[in-house]
Amino acid sequence: MTRAAPANGHLAGAMEKPAAAGPHRSLWGDVWRQFRRHKGALTGLAVLGLVVAACTAGPWVYWHDPFASDLAARNLGMSLGHPFGTDNVGRDTLARVLIGGRISLAVGLAAMLLGVLIGTLVGVMSGFFKTLDGALMRLTDMFLALPLLPLLLVTIMLFRDSLRDMLGPEAGVFLMIVFVIGATSWMQTARVVRGEVLAVKAREFVVAAASIGTRRRNVVLRHILPNVMSPVMVSASLGVATAIITESALSFLGLGFPSDFPTWGRLLFDGQNAIELTPARVIWPGIMISVTVLSVNFIGDGLRDALDPKQRGR
Amino acid sequence: MTMGDAPLLSVAGLTTRFVTRDGVVHAVSDVGFELGRGECLGVVGESGSGKSVTMLSLLRLIPMPPGEIVSGSAVFDGEDLLALTDEALRRVRGGRIGFVFQDPMTSLNPVLTVEAQIVEALRVHGLGTREARRMRARELLELVGIPAPRERLRAYPHELSGGMRQRVMIAIALACAPPLIVADEPTTALDVTVQAQIVALVKELKRKLSTSIIWITHDLGVVAGLADRVVVMYAGQIVEEAPVRDLYKSPQHPYTRGLLASVPRADRKSSVLASIRGQPPSLDEAPASCAFAPRCDFVHERCRRENPRLARLPGGRRVACWWDLDKGGPRDA
Repeated sequence: MTRAAPANGHLAGAMEKPAAAGPHRSLWGDVWRQFRRHKGALTGLAVLGLVVAACTAGPWVYWHDPFASDLAARNLGMSLGHPFGTDNVGRDTLARVLIGGRISLAVGLAAMLLGVLIGTLVGVMSGFFKTLDGALMRLTDMFLALPLLPLLLVTIMLFRDSLRDMLGPEAGVFLMIVFVIGATSWMQTARVVRGEVLAVKAREFVVAAASIGTRRRNVVLRHILPNVMSPVMVSASLGVATAIITESALSFLGLGFPSDFPTWGRLLFDGQNAIELTPARVIWPGIMISVTVLSVNFIGDGLRDALDPKQRGR
Repeated sequence: MTMGDAPLLSVAGLTTRFVTRDGVVHAVSDVGFELGRGECLGVVGESGSGKSVTMLSLLRLIPMPPGEIVSGSAVFDGEDLLALTDEALRRVRGGRIGFVFQDPMTSLNPVLTVEAQIVEALRVHGLGTREARRMRARELLELVGIPAPRERLRAYPHELSGGMRQRVMIAIALACAPPLIVADEPTTALDVTVQAQIVALVKELKRKLSTSIIWITHDLGVVAGLADRVVVMYAGQIVEEAPVRDLYKSPQHPYTRGLLASVPRADRKSSVLASIRGQPPSLDEAPASCAFAPRCDFVHERCRRENPRLARLPGGRRVACWWDLDKGGPRDA
């Protein structure tokens, strides 16, 4: 029996995975078959695949070094030699957008995973165990009531230097940003999951599962969790988008990655002062953020429909 | 006493209540009954009479809290279910007592295939290898009369009809070949022709597998054709118990009589169906008087003062009433 764990890494895995043909219908095989019928989701998947491929392979293929400045070619507009133009020290913007995409996408994915994991855990615990419900929901309310941006800023100010000393500049800042975004974006997921768990828990098949001797742990994992996967998927896709945007905002405020790590948000931040001189420096990272977020949202939409077994086979 | 003589299930003094914000609901009060091996016991009563809660309490399947099993014992095959540890009870659930629920539309998990759900019943009890469990799943579907079991195993619940799903539920309950099956209104959500098929199936299974069955229903017609003995429940208590023929021929409790009178019959011409006047009582107080008294035609002063105990009558019958319907006067004792 092939029952995949509710893997959030599915986003990446689904791209290459063919429909599981064979005598056994697997859950994810069916999901993929239904997913293919959703045009928007397929387009989103293709676009995201393109963005991911470009950011992964692009820096090896593309001839300009994102970190090499060329003072003879400062502040150029878009041209054949520099398709996205150059910045004020002559670095190629396209090369920087490509290499920056790696970090932005990695942050988006990792922060989403963390946020969805925490959110699902809190939501399931809170919905399933009545005794924990009150405490966990108040905790969620508390997090929702926190003013997030100032909190992020303070956290980063406090921990940036010590983390950088401990783990090196790149890994330290990456971990911190992922943690900070993940730890402050799980509340919506938790609330939605809790609501769904409460609804699913009252359905008869949960008692039926207990009546055949299923352990409580498996009642949650096998019977309740898969039935709340559609909202989790939607939260996950929205989570990627929010994480990328939050990272951009942090970088834009100068508190994300240092300027030698050109994430999309950082590029926006660096480019804003030169927006009149070289608008391409702002436009392209902005377009990349929007396109990625949009395609991820479409994928989430498609996954939600595909995960509903009643929608499948139609 | 050897095991062969002992009843398979012997429930005594079972009391279950629900403590809610609005007060305590006394759902089941001092219920006791016995079930022999291979016997089919019908449990009859209207909605809210405590039929389901009684049976769910046996396996501690009621939500706790708010549910609470206050007292009682349920000796099944020599061990008291209500005193078992959680792990021991988990082995009994599905392993030695199978449950069939009312609504086949909601009692199967929509995201798992039929096979996954039947196999799960075997797997949680550690039965067989993976291959053996798959084989058994197919056998079970054949046993409950599902055509083309190979294809059906791969289907999701929403791809099956209501009757089909109820057959799958029965297959799941039968998976571990339990000596007792509790069927909680298994035909209520089905249309009449499918009801008849399910009843026929259960009759056949009972003959083939000599399983004991507790059949909960509010449909007296279904019970008549299936049960050996019938227990009538009202307001969380047993009001009458009798072999099925005797119950229909000469009901001893006014409530049973009212119930039987309200069943439409093909062999009697009547334009108006009889009904029992009034409403079933709310269960927010422990019974101190006869719960049926406000609706009873034979009510007298003692009924409002004292809750009738379940008294034994000749012929293996029991009734909880202060009025003797045969004699037409108050019952002594």
